[in-house]
Amino acid sequence: MPRATSDAKLLIQSLTKAYAATPTNLKIIDLYVICAVATALMQVAYMGLVGSFPFNSFLSGVLSCIGTAVLAVCLRIQVNKDNKEFKDLPPERAFADFILCNLVLHLVMMNFLG
Amino acid sequence: MATAALDFLPAPLRSLRLKTKQQELLLRVSALALIYVLAFAVRLFSVLRYESMIHEFDPYFNYRTTLFLSENGFSEFWNWFDSESWYPLGRVVGGTLFPGLMVTAALLHRLLRALSLAVHIREVCVLTAPFFAANTTLVAYAFGREIWDSGAGLVAAALIAIVPGYISRSVAGSYDNEGVAIFALLLTFYLFVRAVNTGSLAWALASAFGYFYMVSAWGGYVFIINLVPLYVLVLLVTGRYSQRLYVAYNCMYVLGMLLAMQIRFVGFQHVQSGEHMAAMGVFFLLQVFFFLDWVKYLLNDARLFKSFLRITLTCVITVGTLALVIGTASGYISPWTGRFYSLLDPTYAKDHIPIIASVSEHQPTAWSSFMFDFHILLFLFPAGLYFCFKRLSDATIFIVMYGLTSMYFAGVMVRLILVAAPAVCLISAIAASATIKNLTTLIRTKSKSPQVTSGKTTGSKAAAKGAVDQSLPFQHNAAIALLLGAFYLLSRYAIHCTWVTSEAYSSPSIVLAARGHNGGRVIFDDYREAYYWLRQNTPPDAKIMSWWDYGYQITAMGNRTVIVDNNTWNNTHIATVGRAMSSYEDEAYEIMQSLDVNYVLVVFGGVTGYSSDDINKFLWMVRIGGGVFPVIKEPDYLVNGEYRVDKGAAPKMLNCLMYKLCYYRFGELTTEYGKPPGYDRVRGVEIGNKDIKLEYLEEAYTTSNWIVRIYKVKPPKNRS
Repeated sequence: MPRATSDAKLLIQSLTKAYAATPTNLKIIDLYVICAVATALMQVAYMGLVGSFPFNSFLSGVLSCIGTAVLAVCLRIQVNKDNKEFKDLPPERAFADFILCNLVLHLVMMNFLG
Repeated sequence: MATAALDFLPAPLRSLRLKTKQQELLLRVSALALIYVLAFAVRLFSVLRYESMIHEFDPYFNYRTTLFLSENGFSEFWNWFDSESWYPLGRVVGGTLFPGLMVTAALLHRLLRALSLAVHIREVCVLTAPFFAANTTLVAYAFGREIWDSGAGLVAAALIAIVPGYISRSVAGSYDNEGVAIFALLLTFYLFVRAVNTGSLAWALASAFGYFYMVSAWGGYVFIINLVPLYVLVLLVTGRYSQRLYVAYNCMYVLGMLLAMQIRFVGFQHVQSGEHMAAMGVFFLLQVFFFLDWVKYLLNDARLFKSFLRITLTCVITVGTLALVIGTASGYISPWTGRFYSLLDPTYAKDHIPIIASVSEHQPTAWSSFMFDFHILLFLFPAGLYFCFKRLSDATIFIVMYGLTSMYFAGVMVRLILVAAPAVCLISAIAASATIKNLTTLIRTKSKSPQVTSGKTTGSKAAAKGAVDQSLPFQHNAAIALLLGAFYLLSRYAIHCTWVTSEAYSSPSIVLAARGHNGGRVIFDDYREAYYWLRQNTPPDAKIMSWWDYGYQITAMGNRTVIVDNNTWNNTHIATVGRAMSSYEDEAYEIMQSLDVNYVLVVFGGVTGYSSDDINKFLWMVRIGGGVFPVIKEPDYLVNGEYRVDKGAAPKMLNCLMYKLCYYRFGELTTEYGKPPGYDRVRGVEIGNKDIKLEYLEEAYTTSNWIVRIYKVKPPKNRS
């Protein structure tokens, strides 16, 4: 057990140290993702309290949060300079794709909101 | 290479002095243009032979809804409640159909009108399927180029233009969902594979839109939403996880799911139905993979990462299984429903849901159907699989999986040969293209002198080439012989496909043709004759009872209310009609009074030899009726397990309503020279009950060849 806890402490320490080294723009995207997921969790908790009628509104709310979080993660992948696969993708193109997909996501969500 | 390539071109082209790349582009574009026109033209047989009309049964409903859409606009269409079918229940049309086909045809019609080409909507409907089949060839070209190279793409386009498995459901006049759905299916797959290959969000968004189009067009979209997660799972298991895959699948899944839920018929199934849960499971699995990948990159230390991996995996597996178990046990996630469950367990439908089992398209496929619908592609398919395995990449793994899963389902249900056709064409195209390429390379290396060849090849190969110099003459001849054989096979394929299209798949089913005794062609237009009689000689609020096969045609052409139609959404209602048809006349009269029936329509083929008539379908009426009303027992209508209509038939059979309505006055008719009157040409026997008297119905109309017979239900007698 003590080895496990010391392992866990070492794990957390090395994780925080390595994360501190990531560039700022990626950290901003990470913050955005965490906000979106937190909003989704709040909506699920509210649904647990109040009930799921009307279901389409609940779904559109949760899916818009999850959707934008997922799209932000995709943006993070494409903008990350350490990624060999996306070396020749200009970050402007990645951002434009991100905006376009978010636009479609929110337009459909507005139609589904009811 | 450039000068040699110019040699065999005709003089006018040579004078243009095109570079090789431009020549190749010209050849490719002209080949594609010809294939496009071919795909459209080969589907026009029935329009040329008969007239431009809608075939079969289901397309008539699609035509009627498209007519309604083009006349009343989208909002009315989306909220339409149809009280002319399923009397007295009605049908919520807006929420129970797939609108893709109707919206497409209505948009094409509006576009043509905007260009001042005033065509009737029926012409647009008839030609929608060939138009989209031609577009499918273009998508097949792009897909083949993505998987292998442009040569394979061209061969794939050519094969898919005439493959009978696809033609059967996309002939001109076959205005059905599959005509548009196969285009959407192939487009979605192509866009998704391109997204996986490039890792671009834009392509993934395009594939989400392709998926939306597929969901709006056909219920078979379930195949996509299960194949794509299965493909991702296979990639993960074979160690091909990459961030391109993450981007492609996530964007397509979230956006595709949200878009798909806009179709009311699909509703919330993407989060509640067991058939869609695989996609959600893979979605969460991908998040886990990405998270582990990221932590591994951050940590840079193997031992720490292993312990982290252990913790995460145990957490994830427990949470996942818990969620799945709770969801299924509490009934929130509905299990696989009838139509799709019978794909996994083919015997399920026969025992539990007779309506699904009775449709001829849902029967398992015979070997002859495979040969008929695929011809040489059947043995090119394994060859293509071999080539795909030799050059494994993300794209070839996809096409292999698509091919294998679709071939399995094609073996279970005849109708699904259509879904397998594009995969089989693509894989066969790879085999054909790679083989022909190898053979032509063999021929071309011989035409150069040996020193040039050794100069072109690498050092290690030059020695081998020198050693093999002596066998080159035989290689050359063998290659030419094999090439001729390949061309012969492909030409036989083309001949077979054209013949099959002309003979088997171009009949409108609503107009029948036969050869008279002097060899001339005889046309039986009885169905339309009967529907127009209904339209012109019955009161507008008359209700027609018939078996469900003819419901769509009666509402579309006869413009009258029907009791049951091809939608078959209410089994009890259909069983009521089945019970009425199988009962004695007085019991049936009570049922008909309760349903407000004014006219009864039956189809009878005994005079012409038309074998798809109601007497041949009668046992299904008994089974379906007996499934809900135990008073109808199938053995009552059989004699020693045998189905007979002659003197030795069961007494219940000889006096039931269907028998009486079909054979009324038939006992006086001589149908064939040398046979007694009342000889049924389909069953091949003289009927048992020739002296039929009807008490509660009277004959209203019988068409000129006795194929459709309409009876009027008499009102109840006045008390005397």
